[in-house]
Amino acid sequence: MTEKKKTQLKVLFSLIALLVCAGMLFYVNHYTRPTFMLRTVLQLGAIYALVAVSMNLLNGFTGLFSLGQAGFMAIGAYTFAIFTIPVKSRSGVYYLYGVADWLSNIQIPIWAAIILAGLVAAILAAIIGAPVLRLKSDYFAIATLGFAEIVRIIVGSSPMNRITNGSLGLKLIPKFSNFYFPFIVVGICILIVSLLIRSSYGRAFKAIREDEIAAEAMGINLAKHKQLSFIISSFFAGISGALMGMYLGAITSTTFNVTLTYNILLIVVIGGMGSITGSIISSFLVIAAREWWLRFLDMEIFIGSFKVPLLKSGFRMVVFSLILMIVVLFFRRGIMGTNELNWNFIINRLNKKKKTGGESCE
Amino acid sequence: MTTNAFLQYCLTGISIGGIYALIAIGYTMVYGILRLINFAHGDIFMMAAYFMIFSMVNFALPWYVAIIVVITATVILGVTIERIAYKPLRSAPRMSIMISAIGVSYFLQNVATYLFSALPKPYPAIGFLTKIISFGGISTSVVTFITPILTLAFVFILMQLINHTKIGMAMRAVSKDFETSQLMGIKINRVISFTFVIGCFLAAIGSVLYFTPRPSVYPLAGSLPGLKCFIAAVFGGIGSVPGAVLGGFIIGLSETFIKAAGYSEFSDVFTFILLIVILLIKPTGLFGEKITEKV
Amino acid sequence: MKKFLALTMSAVLMLSLAACGGNASDDSAANNETAATGVAIEGDTIKIGVFEPTTGENGGGGMQEVLGMRYANQLYPTVDINGNTYNIQLVEVDNQSDKTAAVTAAQSLISSGVVAVLGSYGSGVSIAAGQTFTDAQVPAIGASCTNPQVTLGNDFYFRTCFLDPFQGTVMASYAMEQGYTTAALISQNGDDYSTGLAAFFQQAFEKMGGTIVANETYQTNESDFNAILTSIKAANPDCIFAPSSIATATLLLPQAQANGITAQIIASDTWENETIINAAGSAAEGVALSTFFDEHDETNPVAKEFVTGFKEYLNGNPQNLTSNGGSDGVAAVSALGYDAYMSVYEALKALDGAETLNSVALRDTLKAVSFNGVTGAISFDENGDAIKNVAYIKQIKDGKFAFLKTQSAE
Repeated sequence: MTEKKKTQLKVLFSLIALLVCAGMLFYVNHYTRPTFMLRTVLQLGAIYALVAVSMNLLNGFTGLFSLGQAGFMAIGAYTFAIFTIPVKSRSGVYYLYGVADWLSNIQIPIWAAIILAGLVAAILAAIIGAPVLRLKSDYFAIATLGFAEIVRIIVGSSPMNRITNGSLGLKLIPKFSNFYFPFIVVGICILIVSLLIRSSYGRAFKAIREDEIAAEAMGINLAKHKQLSFIISSFFAGISGALMGMYLGAITSTTFNVTLTYNILLIVVIGGMGSITGSIISSFLVIAAREWWLRFLDMEIFIGSFKVPLLKSGFRMVVFSLILMIVVLFFRRGIMGTNELNWNFIINRLNKKKKTGGESCE
Repeated sequence: MTTNAFLQYCLTGISIGGIYALIAIGYTMVYGILRLINFAHGDIFMMAAYFMIFSMVNFALPWYVAIIVVITATVILGVTIERIAYKPLRSAPRMSIMISAIGVSYFLQNVATYLFSALPKPYPAIGFLTKIISFGGISTSVVTFITPILTLAFVFILMQLINHTKIGMAMRAVSKDFETSQLMGIKINRVISFTFVIGCFLAAIGSVLYFTPRPSVYPLAGSLPGLKCFIAAVFGGIGSVPGAVLGGFIIGLSETFIKAAGYSEFSDVFTFILLIVILLIKPTGLFGEKITEKV
Repeated sequence: MKKFLALTMSAVLMLSLAACGGNASDDSAANNETAATGVAIEGDTIKIGVFEPTTGENGGGGMQEVLGMRYANQLYPTVDINGNTYNIQLVEVDNQSDKTAAVTAAQSLISSGVVAVLGSYGSGVSIAAGQTFTDAQVPAIGASCTNPQVTLGNDFYFRTCFLDPFQGTVMASYAMEQGYTTAALISQNGDDYSTGLAAFFQQAFEKMGGTIVANETYQTNESDFNAILTSIKAANPDCIFAPSSIATATLLLPQAQANGITAQIIASDTWENETIINAAGSAAEGVALSTFFDEHDETNPVAKEFVTGFKEYLNGNPQNLTSNGGSDGVAAVSALGYDAYMSVYEALKALDGAETLNSVALRDTLKAVSFNGVTGAISFDENGDAIKNVAYIKQIKDGKFAFLKTQSAE
């Protein structure tokens, strides 16, 4: 088979796979109850997939260990909420402190607000990026963690009362207009990130990850590329924050605490640092496991009169954290390592299997 | 501000600073040797408090026995965590081991919630420590008063240990160069375990001093103090014991005075800003060693 | 070769875009159709969701509320509607005191087919999940969530307790009656309950002529209050209003004592919990607080019966006792949890004779519910809030919550 033919075949396969995916979404939307848990899991999974990919761009591809994702999500979510909460219900939302005068009549369309959310997060990243990016590895992580906490506290503080509603948070944020909305936004964003990674910029990012000094010697402008990666990552974190706001419908500053960053980090690790498809797969798996499949662990279950031991409230999170530890300790590369799930990967795996006589290969 | 109020703030700040210092030593020593930010340290501190409740309330041990039990249990917990969660990752990238630490922290919090419920448990009172003394217009408990003194005493002993004993020398060697020290015949695992023993010992002491005047323990009780002590360690230059102590006192005092000035809402913001500013001026903290890049 | 990923991704997008463009209208139509009917009651089991935090910051109080609901369910496990006997099954879910987790937790309840939801402890999570219940057209009955935002503008949220503006005013008038003219506030940054209540207290107190001399806040999970207490001591108020979580109370009180603060500490409904007395000991003496219910109130026969039965229920199972903080004291939130369950139970009974049995019909009968609950007569106003005009003021005396007086808003 010629190379060209192979390529054509792969395109065909890709299209079939896509049709299957789209078909599945279509099926879920039309033939399941609107209350079916899978719908929630898919939507939330998509949102986490975007933020995980954005964190992966920074941590996995550029090798900058950032713990500030929650801060940028907070900025995105608040920007989105402030500009989209319907004007007529504002007085109800800001019932205690009242709404700032300049804000009381501004309402922009949802798509514009989503882009604005990303832009505000990106601008802030540009401002803090210049100094903070000078720090090395762990110190950069700590500084970004500190930054995220600063954002969270300031957003919920009393001088911001008339803008962010302070501690009380915002509610009545517009919901997704239809089931496909988050998938489209997330899809477009992830597409942009993956195109970026395949461009010369992406190769520069990877070079920085592998060896900063060598990369610099090759003529890569370290400061510029790190800054770029940081800003882009924050932009998408901001957008995912906006989507999170839409999904939740109500946000407060405590929604975006350090634990949220840790959760995203764990998704990235399980998926594999440096693999976009890995992050996407692991988002859906982790969300489904945590929010859906493992929920029974919190309930006391009786089989006949026999009470299943250990099961009581709180056990789900214990099991969940155990699973995470096991992945980190024994499957360090995560689901995908630095590979991407594409036809090359699948063909390679199949060939390998054939050669080793069908035994599992690792 | 009256003189009395000022003195009271100073006492509060120094006392909380002393506890931050004790716990920050745990962060800083582990970092010095393993280059690992032990995110679980704050939760070990929380578990130490639960151990105290068990030994004094459930087993009705007298306080001096209970403290020994608590120290032993905490040390065992810390060393076990190192063996299970950190040792297998010795050769792994720095990021994996840090993530493992985050995982342990998550796990300890969830286990504590599962086993002890989320309701706060009362911390047993140690009679003479909780006595309230007042002089002038200042009123405080004995424990607040002796905390900084005890802290300095332990730091002094620790410095002697690091500078004048064989194991101390080994620790210094390991923190200078991990691989070379291994080649020189230092049993690296022993040194690492010993570091965790010291860190957890101080965390256990810190937990007694911390929870006696704040007698309520719940599964998340370790997270915020943990974060602050960690900041103290970074502030002073992570890897340096005197740095951690100084950092602890500075963070404790500055946070107290920011609250005193009426900005309690922003005290953590100031703490973080202080941290970022220090990192920008001196990228490895006050006493941190310079990182040299090897090609 | 490597262009595949890009191709793959772009194709995914095109397809999903196309799929969406074509079907967006159908989709919303389909949703509306199903949503209009709410959740139908089918089979012989009626599922009621319990939406409470059993872990996280409010895990303790949430668990006590769950105990009240479980007890009620144990007493009234079946209901007869239109000649059929239905088993009532509680579906419990943990919202982790976390607003993000709360929405998914709520969705998991909805997906398990509940026709009504009870909870939650903590107003923040209830506000976050409110929209989810409305979208699914499933009524929710909050037990102890006192923030006005929970039911405001939400046609499906009810509650069995009084509201923060009321509670804030009650405590302000109590403080005034005691002759206090200056007050300090301590509230938790980022917590709707604490901040809201402090603000309502401040409004009422200043309106009555009092002065707020110090307004301090702290972060979630803070355990050191020495600095803010020193500031408060310097401001020398007559009383300190500190609406907060149970965990905070157990930390705040001993530190206030150690700092030699003698001002009267007053607090809100969350503080009525034995844990505080056990943990704070002598430091808790003299604290005054408002609550929904008095365990020793002999005038209400429903309450008397509940207290006896509930104590037996607690003592009958060591695990229940542990969840209740190790004692058999009856917390107000357990009583409210019981009343929340009973509201749904009464509404289910009222469905008898109805043609359509679903969650929307249940919501309509809930609006008209009226019965004698443990915490007094319960019926709902047009917002869905229980009509309550009296709060119980209790004071901690000799290690017990002693009933002081009833107080209404002036």
